[in-house]
Amino acid sequence: MHVTDMIVPLLIMLILLYGIINRVDVTEEFTAGAKEGLNTSLGLIPMLVLLMTAVGMFTSSGAAEMLTSLFAPLTKGLGFPKECLDLAIIRPVSGSGALAAVSRLFTRIHPDSFAGRTASVLMASTETTFYTIAVYSAAQRKKPDSRIFIAAAAADLTGFILSPLAVRLFIPQ
Amino acid sequence: MLSAILVIMLILSCLAGCINDTWEGISASAINSCTESVRLGIVLAGTMALWSGLMRVAESSGLTRKLSAVLSPIIRLLFGRLDSCSRKAVSLNLTANLLGLGNAATPTGIAAVKALEKSLRPKRNTALLTVLNTASIQLIPVTIAALRAENGSASPFEIMPAVLVTSLASAAVGCITAAVLFAGGDKNACN
Repeated sequence: MHVTDMIVPLLIMLILLYGIINRVDVTEEFTAGAKEGLNTSLGLIPMLVLLMTAVGMFTSSGAAEMLTSLFAPLTKGLGFPKECLDLAIIRPVSGSGALAAVSRLFTRIHPDSFAGRTASVLMASTETTFYTIAVYSAAQRKKPDSRIFIAAAAADLTGFILSPLAVRLFIPQ
Repeated sequence: MLSAILVIMLILSCLAGCINDTWEGISASAINSCTESVRLGIVLAGTMALWSGLMRVAESSGLTRKLSAVLSPIIRLLFGRLDSCSRKAVSLNLTANLLGLGNAATPTGIAAVKALEKSLRPKRNTALLTVLNTASIQLIPVTIAALRAENGSASPFEIMPAVLVTSLASAAVGCITAAVLFAGGDKNACN
């Protein structure tokens, strides 16, 4: 038994229980929210079609492999699984692109392998940095301060380097 | 920027096709990927529907507000003194991130950076909020767990501690970098 396997069922139960205690119409609110979630993910599909086609062509052509062997000395030194390199490259730029890359990756390697786990941690602990910066500076109607890029890149790089280390540390291989 | 990357990827794919003679594979995946992407969208749709439903219940029952109240000491530590309106916006945004709302967290982030614009050090605070968002500190990584489960993982959520530690560490590095870079004040020679 993993403690992590208990969290999600307990959380689902507690959220609904807390709703009922506070006299929320749980069924009504849940379905309204679920409908929004469905719309969001269905709206994602057109973008996924474009990106998965590109990612699929990129990996099956052997281009991804050539790229990763180019960076092999660097990734080897960091203990970073070479299969995850294209994911690390696309992650800061596009969320759907990263989804496409992970899903493609999982067809080749098992999600419970070292590279599969590293890809999972990398995917979950980083964000679409450039997109976020672009959206926030657009909201403020000004050019993003260049120092924001440096700080965000430092955070992303930490995430990339730590992902394989955290997998080794927290998940028994 | 994304369009440029896509075109570069396609050019490289075709070049690699010439070098490795992998045209057969490329053409197969060009045709098959579209079906696969619709399938991926449907896999995600279930999880996102469940999660968005739960979050809606958490919001209307006041659970989200309680969680944001817990965050307010951390916000004070990072952002210094804020008026109550911007503090609320920032804490709602961080809560949305913690709960793994992903795309749904974006509107709360927009509200927060707009509120921070009127704070004492707008540029520094905007940078801090951006870094906290891009470090993606989340308690439950729902999307990736769904993908792992779909592809036969024995324990889709086993990555949770590793995810939490990695994102906390990268948020810390990002915040420290931002604090150092903006230590000299909000003026910037480059802009």
